Amino acid sequence: MRSWIAFWNILKKDVKNYYLKPPNISWGIIFPLSWTLMQLIRSPGGSILELLPGLISMSVLFGTTSMLAVTITFERSGRSFERLLLAPISLNTLVLAKISGTVLFGLFNAFVPVFFASFFVDLKGMVWGVAFFAVLMIAITSSLMGLLIAVSAEQVFEAQTFSNFFRFPMLFLCGLFVPIAKLPVFLRPVSYCLPLTYGADILKGMINATNTLSPVLSFAILLIFTVLLFLVCRSNINRKWIL
Amino acid sequence: MEMVSVRNLKKTYGDVTAVDGISFDIRRGEIFGLLGPNGAGKTSTINMIIGLSRPTGGDIAVNGIDVKKQTKKAQALMGIVPDESNLYNEMDGFDNLCFCAALYGMRKDEREPRARELLEQFRLTEAGKRPFKAYSKGMRRKLTIAAALIHSPKILFLDEPTTGIDVESSRQIRDMIVGLKHQGTTILLTTHYIEEAERICDRIAFLANGQIVASGTVPELMERVTHGHAIRFVTGENAERLAPELQTRFEGSEVMIGADHSLVMETENRQSLLPVMQFFHEKGIDVYEAKELHPSLEDAFVELTGIESSVMKEEKEKGGRR
Ligand SMILES: Nc1ncnc2c1ncn2[C@@H]1O[C@H](COP(=O)(O)OP(=O)(O)OP(=O)(O)O)[C@@H](O)[C@H]1O
Ligand SMILES: [Mg+2]
Repeated sequence: MRSWIAFWNILKKDVKNYYLKPPNISWGIIFPLSWTLMQLIRSPGGSILELLPGLISMSVLFGTTSMLAVTITFERSGRSFERLLLAPISLNTLVLAKISGTVLFGLFNAFVPVFFASFFVDLKGMVWGVAFFAVLMIAITSSLMGLLIAVSAEQVFEAQTFSNFFRFPMLFLCGLFVPIAKLPVFLRPVSYCLPLTYGADILKGMINATNTLSPVLSFAILLIFTVLLFLVCRSNINRKWIL
Repeated sequence: MEMVSVRNLKKTYGDVTAVDGISFDIRRGEIFGLLGPNGAGKTSTINMIIGLSRPTGGDIAVNGIDVKKQTKKAQALMGIVPDESNLYNEMDGFDNLCFCAALYGMRKDEREPRARELLEQFRLTEAGKRPFKAYSKGMRRKLTIAAALIHSPKILFLDEPTTGIDVESSRQIRDMIVGLKHQGTTILLTTHYIEEAERICDRIAFLANGQIVASGTVPELMERVTHGHAIRFVTGENAERLAPELQTRFEGSEVMIGADHSLVMETENRQSLLPVMQFFHEKGIDVYEAKELHPSLEDAFVELTGIESSVMKEEKEKGGRR
C-alpha cells in the first residue's frame, strides 16, 4: 500500500513535470513525424508499411533512452533525487516508478508514426496486439538503458552524449535499415546483443511479415534483456549512488 | 534504548579519512549538536546515519534498528534536512510537501491537511502556491524543513540548518527546532556556529578532522577548560604598570593585561573584591568596572580542538559552503 502510493506519485510527478511539458510533447510528435517525412521523401516509391517498423522503433528508442537519462541526471544534480533514495521505498519500486513514466512516453512516441501512416495506408490487417507488446518491450529495455546511462553520467550533457553513443550504433545494427544478414560478419554478433534487434524484428513480422526470427523467441529474449538490465541498474544504483 | 547509537564509525574516500572512528549516543527527545569547522566530517557522519552513504567501518542503530541491515525500516523514522535545500524547483510549495508525504506512504486525505498545517506553521501559506524556484533562500530552507517533518518523524536530522540564512529566519528556524524538541522529536543538527550550538543543543560533540574531541552538555564542556576564576577591572587611567605589584600582593594570582588596557586577575579560589579595591584605592586609581569572567563555549572549543575560533567565524561569513 505504502509503496504503491509512492510509486504512483513518483510516476504522476514525472509525467506532469517532464513528459507533459510542451517542449517534450512537441518533440514527441515532431521527431517521429520528421523521420516519417524524411523516409517518404527519400524513397517516394517505398511503401510506408516497409518503413513503419523502423519508424516506430526509432521513435520509441529516441523518446525513452535520453529522456530518462536526462531527467534523472537533472534531478541528481539538483539533489532532489536524494529524496527518492532516502524514502522508505525499495530500490525496485524506485526503479519501476522512474521507468514507468518514460515507458508511457515511449508508447506515445510510437503511436505518432502509426497515426500518420494510417492516413496513407490501410492498417487493419496488422496484428496490433502483438505489435503493442513489442513496442512496450522496446520501451522498457530502452528506458532501462537510459537509467544505466544516468548512473554513469554526472552531468546532463554527459547523459545526452552517452545516450547518442548508444542509440546511433543501435539503429544501424538492429537490422532495420541494413538487414543483419548483409552486415559485415564481425558486426552480426553485436546486432544480436541489442534488444532493439528483437523488438524491431517482431514489429517487422507483425506489420509486413518480414521477420527473420520467431516472435516467441524474440519476446523471450527481450524478457531476458529486461530482467538483466533491471538487475544491473539496481546493483549499479546501489554501488554508485549510495557512496 | 538511545534514539541513535553510533560506534566506531569510520568513512574514508580514497586516502581522505572523513570520519575517523567516532562513537556517540543521542538520547530520546534531546537536541544533539555536531559542531565543527568545514571538512570536519559533519555531513559525512549524517549521511552514514541516514543511509545515504556506506560506512567504511562501525555500527549505527536508530531506535534499535541496524541502519546497515534494515536501512528502509530505519529511514521511515527519519526526517532529513540536507545541507542544500533540494525540493523540486518546478513544483509549488504545497505540491512539494504532498509529494514528499506520498514518498512516506501517506494517503491523499492525510497528506493534504498536513501540508496545509505545515505551510501555516512556517508562515508559507501564501508562498505555497508559488513554484519552489521563486523562493528566497530562507523560504527554501523553511520549506525543506517542513518537507522533512511531513510524516512526523521520530528523529530529525538537520545539516547546517541556518548556514547562509538571515538573522531573522535563522531565529525562526531555531525557535522551531526547540519547539519540535518540546513535542518529543529527537534532533541531530550540525553547525559551525558556536553560539547556535550553545543556545539550543542539550549536548554537543566537538568534531575536528573526523574525530570527536570532546562531548557533553555545555556546562560539562566548560568544566573541562575552567581552571579557576577571573575578574576583569576597568580602571580610570592606565594601570598596566601595576600588574606585577598586584600579582605579588595577592599570592597565587596571575594578572594579565587585557586588550583595552584592563587588568585581568586569575585566581584559584574565588577572590573577594574589597581587598583588591583597597589596593587600587591606595594607588590612587579609580575603578569603574569589576566583572567576573566566565569562559565561553568558544573558549572551550578553542582549547579542546586547537582550532582558532576565528576560523569558524570566517567560515560563517563566507556562508560555510564548499
Ligand atoms: N564524496 C566525497 N569524495 C571525496 N571526499 C569527500 C567526499 N565527501 C566528503 N569528502 C571529504 O571528507 C571530508 C569531510 O567532509 P564533510 O563534508 O563530511 O565535512 P563537513 O564537516 O560537513 O564540512 P562542511 O562544513 O564544509 O559542510 C572533507 O575533507 C571532504 O573533502
Ligand atoms: Mg557539511
